[in-house]
Amino acid sequence: MGKSIESILKKYDNCSRDSLISLLQEIQENEGFLSEEAIVKTGKKLKIPTSKIYGVATFYNQFRFEPTGKYHVMVCRGTACHVLGSLTVLQELEKVLKIKAGQTTRDGLFSIEVVACMGACGLAPVININGSFYANVTAESIKEIIESYRKKEE
Amino acid sequence: MSIQIEVNGKKLEAFEGETILTALKRNGIRVPTLCHMNDFIPSGACRLCVVEIVGNPRLVSSCSFPVSDGMKILTNSPRVIESRKTIIELLLSNHPDDCLYCIRNNNCELQSLAKEYHVIERRIHGNKNSFKLDHSSTSIVRDPEKCILCGRCVRVCEETIGVSAIEYINRGSKTLIGTTMQKGLNTSSCVNCGQCIMVCPTGALTEKNQTHMVQDALQQKDKTLVVQYAPSISVSIAEEFGMAPGTDINGLLNAALRKMGFKYVFDTTFGADLTIMEEASELIQRITEGKTLPMFTSCCPAWVKYIEEFAPDFIDNLSTCKSPQQMTGAVIKSYFAEQSNLKPEDIISVSIMPCTAKKFEMQRETMGRNGVKDVDIAITTRELIELIHLHGIDMKTIQPEITDSPMGVRSSAGKIFGATGGVMEAALRTAYKKITGEELVDFKINAVRGFEGRKEAKIKINDDLEVGVAVISGLGNVRALLDEIRNGKNDVHFIEVMTCPGGCVAGGGQRIGVDRSFIEARTKSLYDIDDRETIKVSHKNPEIIELYDNYFGHPLSHKSHELLHTCYMERDVLL
Ligand code: SF4
Ligand code: SF4
Ligand code: FES
Repeated sequence: MGKSIESILKKYDNCSRDSLISLLQEIQENEGFLSEEAIVKTGKKLKIPTSKIYGVATFYNQFRFEPTGKYHVMVCRGTACHVLGSLTVLQELEKVLKIKAGQTTRDGLFSIEVVACMGACGLAPVININGSFYANVTAESIKEIIESYRKKEE
Repeated sequence: MSIQIEVNGKKLEAFEGETILTALKRNGIRVPTLCHMNDFIPSGACRLCVVEIVGNPRLVSSCSFPVSDGMKILTNSPRVIESRKTIIELLLSNHPDDCLYCIRNNNCELQSLAKEYHVIERRIHGNKNSFKLDHSSTSIVRDPEKCILCGRCVRVCEETIGVSAIEYINRGSKTLIGTTMQKGLNTSSCVNCGQCIMVCPTGALTEKNQTHMVQDALQQKDKTLVVQYAPSISVSIAEEFGMAPGTDINGLLNAALRKMGFKYVFDTTFGADLTIMEEASELIQRITEGKTLPMFTSCCPAWVKYIEEFAPDFIDNLSTCKSPQQMTGAVIKSYFAEQSNLKPEDIISVSIMPCTAKKFEMQRETMGRNGVKDVDIAITTRELIELIHLHGIDMKTIQPEITDSPMGVRSSAGKIFGATGGVMEAALRTAYKKITGEELVDFKINAVRGFEGRKEAKIKINDDLEVGVAVISGLGNVRALLDEIRNGKNDVHFIEVMTCPGGCVAGGGQRIGVDRSFIEARTKSLYDIDDRETIKVSHKNPEIIELYDNYFGHPLSHKSHELLHTCYMERDVLL
């Protein structure tokens, strides 16, 4: 965090369009997401229409276009988690928060990100909220977990 | 080099380097295509054009696969047919079953293919797409649910128009065609030209249809209904009514519009003449007074928006003249209103245009006075055709009628506005006369005619003055020229730009599904009119002369600035 979009773009002064993905990655690392402003500035820099940048970025799951919520929920969709039912967990989570993966709730509290293996296969299905791991999550327990965060906010 | 191929057992000639599809087409063998577009590099996205090559285990896309000597091709083997049929069924599996309620019913490539391949039952069940309709634009409606992802719109927008407002978004089953951040088209860089609509095989892209507004207006008995139609309209609809493409049905059109209920029918060509009077004077003024050059034409609203978004450094180069649509509208609500003892607010002024961008232009802030708009409703050629059918007008039996005064006479110079190079030619004819006091010996300026994307010429006016002109057809061709000017190119004084390749005869509001030969027929028809008619220059149009005598005084007068000129502003959109 901390670097401005401008300073990141500056590093790419002599770069061609091929560096688009790494440039976007670096912006996301710093800002947490790709804002409209970031896309417009990147477009100007690399002389690519914003529609193309947005098209490329939406092709990859790694990019998000909204700031993350206060509580950022990462759901593992790696093989081990998948086998043990992470899809139902994700679907339930999306239902409870009324958002899709990649989005942020209107009140800015929660956001969901789908990630490939987190390297915690022993805990599958696993989720991670702001750095804390939750093991063996089920469609039921995910509701309680979210509820506990909501309580904190009251 | 000529080689031999065998197609369905018959020997045929082909040329090395060409694709199978090209060879087949030349020999009159039809293969269905969806993503393919003439003059574009094949994308191979749809695979509908597959054929079998004997000895080759996999079917190949004929649009991208090159021929080779001795190649044996099967275009209709059971394998090929089944494979194409499956592609069509897959496309239909997530498509809304909406044909009866779709504007493209009966003129849809997907529908025709389904019929051709005898798809009469649903063998593949898919989840229907659910994407939001985008109504935000003044000109174009996008319905991504009906999109089959052929990519034609994306390519036209990028390669022909040079705008890239839309792109493939997401991937897998969530893929759709959309704008940056999936915002409305109205905040994108879209210039509203409608060329995407012209290439869309389905109903995913359509004009913002306003026929219902015309219908409502026609019922308002306390208002006076006035209509104008653009120079290209009368040569662009004949084929719809069983006449030869390009036939000029100007007189029938007047009659049809009166039958519909319009009280006064004007030809926008009169407005084109007026534009020439003002624009030629502006050009001369810019040259003699050392003002900003080169001057750009401003009659194509898509081009004007492009400058405002992509090249605001050139805003001062745009002619301040309103387009013929807006000039005609302004005269209707001023001079005509006064002459007919009508209050401007009691007139409903409708325009019929070959163009979706005209719907944007008419609502620009500066296109009216005191809350009264120059034009109230702008519809496209397609909407006109709908209305003619709706009103049950039989174009074959009605008798031709003439347009109304005081905008009833037009020159043929105004008429050729409909073709690329036409505005330039018309303007040069009048500018020549204004500078030298004499008429051109030969009115035909061949150097600015024809379909090339960029034409340039030097026109000698007198011993001291040679005017450099450039004509751009297809907006994508303008970027390089603008860069050259930025880098010091200074041998051009006047530049005409038409967004649609070929000009308005090929506009984004015209009939869908016509090929190049229709566009050529329309263009030829305009030039034939020019050859045939006697008033070949705008400044000799008697009603134009009268209009200046009675009302405007002279071109660029105070009054004409008030009514016939406009201004532009930089636009902040997602480029
Ligand atoms: S909107 Fe039409 S032209 Fe564009 S990709 Fe979809 S079907 Fe093809
Ligand atoms: S070229 Fe003609 S039809 Fe095309 S956008 Fe311009 S004014 Fe409209
Ligand atoms: S037409 Fe050949 S792949 Fe689409």
